[in-house]
Amino acid sequence: MNRLITLLISLLAAFVVGGLILAVAGYDPFEAYEALIVGAFGSKNAIANTLAKTTPLIFTGLAVAVAFRGGLFNIGAEGQLYMGAMVAALVGVYFTGLPGLLQAALALLAAGVVGAVWAGIAGFMKVKFQAHEVIVTIMLNYIAISLTNYLVNYPFKAEGMVPRTETIPAGMQLSRLLPPNQVTTGIFIAILGCIIMYWMFNRTVYGYEIRAIGHNQDAARTGGISIGKRILLAMCLSGFIAALAGAVEVLGVHKYFVSGFSPGYGYDGIAVAVLARNHPLGVLVSALLFGALRGGSMNLDRQTDVPTDFVIMIQALVIIFVAIPWIIKKVKLMRKRGNSVGSQS
Amino acid sequence: MDLSLDMIISLLSSTLRISIPIAFAALGAIFCERVGIVNIGLEGMMLGGAFAGVWGSHLTGSPYIGLLFAMFAGALFGLIHAVLTIQFKTDHIISGLGINLLSLGLTTVLMENIWGNRGRSGLVTGLGNVKIPGLVDIPVIGPILGNTTILLYLLIVCVIVAWIVLYKTVFGLRVRVIGDNPKVADSLGINVYMMQYIGVILCGVLAGLGGAYLSIGDINMFSRDMTAGRGYIALAALIFGGWNPFGVFGASLLFGFAQALQIRLQVVNIPVQFVEMLPYLVTILVLIFYRSRSRGPIAAGKHFRRGEA
Repeated sequence: MNRLITLLISLLAAFVVGGLILAVAGYDPFEAYEALIVGAFGSKNAIANTLAKTTPLIFTGLAVAVAFRGGLFNIGAEGQLYMGAMVAALVGVYFTGLPGLLQAALALLAAGVVGAVWAGIAGFMKVKFQAHEVIVTIMLNYIAISLTNYLVNYPFKAEGMVPRTETIPAGMQLSRLLPPNQVTTGIFIAILGCIIMYWMFNRTVYGYEIRAIGHNQDAARTGGISIGKRILLAMCLSGFIAALAGAVEVLGVHKYFVSGFSPGYGYDGIAVAVLARNHPLGVLVSALLFGALRGGSMNLDRQTDVPTDFVIMIQALVIIFVAIPWIIKKVKLMRKRGNSVGSQS
Repeated sequence: MDLSLDMIISLLSSTLRISIPIAFAALGAIFCERVGIVNIGLEGMMLGGAFAGVWGSHLTGSPYIGLLFAMFAGALFGLIHAVLTIQFKTDHIISGLGINLLSLGLTTVLMENIWGNRGRSGLVTGLGNVKIPGLVDIPVIGPILGNTTILLYLLIVCVIVAWIVLYKTVFGLRVRVIGDNPKVADSLGINVYMMQYIGVILCGVLAGLGGAYLSIGDINMFSRDMTAGRGYIALAALIFGGWNPFGVFGASLLFGFAQALQIRLQVVNIPVQFVEMLPYLVTILVLIFYRSRSRGPIAAGKHFRRGEA
């Protein structure tokens, strides 16, 4: 309960400070928030759109959270997402012949494996060369974006002006739940991923060991856990999940890989994970909030003259306010005082 | 691509120029990490400096006021990072990431507010080049050092001053002690918190200057996310340079060279996407092949609480 209250207070603080900044810049913060809420939840289409934006954020948020649990910062979800998206598109276009569902599963699996390898580079470099994973994963983001850009501009480019691959066959596309809205069955895969991760962290030895490393590396080492292997595993797992975000976007939303399709879902995953406090099920709620911000931001653009990048600012403020342990202490203190007063009366 | 003298001169000159922002930021990060604060927020501090530089020049017409704006913006982000990590004991990396995102959002919102464009600002008066009489006429050195941005000279002065401050002054000694053992520093009567604030804010000022080079020192405008990962490259330069001002300057030159080479190679018949990867690949390779001889400050990233055992 305490944790929920602190989270709500932190969120509120983020929105208030964000509103203040808007007001100072000469905009109407109430108008902005109203447009955001209406844009995110105001109609059936708005809700479907919000869920469509939520889907990739569940994956990237979960990916960042899994790494965080092991004490690792995977800032490379964006790059892993692009790699996964490219692989899914290539499997879809060039490995035809299987039944549609099986082919979609193959595309997801291949994307995940490549994402795991891509993130694994950073895990390996951390274990082997003590290279900080934040720097390495960010460098890998730039490289992944350039690499996929090359692939989609030269060897795998479809006819036409737009740098995109051929369209994947209809049989393997993830079906839309409320056509023409972009929310697809991918959201179920995302939710399933959260449940599996929840199960892994709470019911399996692997999950326990990764948590132990994240909590106290020295104690984990004394306890006989092979740190290097688990760090690598956590990073690969994280990359696998992040890559699924890209694969699901390609298989469900775009139906082909197109240059620059992600508006930064990988980076949003950081905010999602921080707000969820790295809890796999918390990621679902947290992703919905940021999905709503993304979904609502289009309406922000339509109805107000508030810049859409205001949403990025809100994300930053959420990260900052949620991460301040001081707020947690204050709330605890308040509740303690409240209790002691209650016991005296 | 023939290897003429002119080409080598222009390669060297662009290497120097490109390493300016990286070197400023990495130089600042020395002070930040040496007082025990990890600064992933370097990227955001640079971006803030780049924007504020253009803003200041836009408001006043003077790029030098822009430079002051940039330093102030960097200091402000430094102050935020300091309050979060020192006062509130927020995780250093999360605070840094928050600052990067905040800076990206804030600069774009303000840019759209002022210039009505989400991608780039209008042109403003830039710093331009200064010609040093005499020096400019010397062959080879002349075109490289005699006719360049004032920020290059400022950088060289800063590197030398930073070295003297770190290794020849009481202040520098204190900074180095805090980075390795804040408790010992505290028991010696050093005000650890105060020194940490100074280190982080100083870092912000220098990163802001580095960012200002990108905008008013080079293309005379601001564009969205124009730092493009240079803050993180600066952190790699910090490690490669062994947390030492001259080492860090040298490391920045290497990254500058990678980027200068990248621009050169774009005329050759290699797909531009591969060429674009070069600076980032070099950063990763450096982290692989360079096993740091000198280690970083031991206490960097850990929270210091007074009076705790």
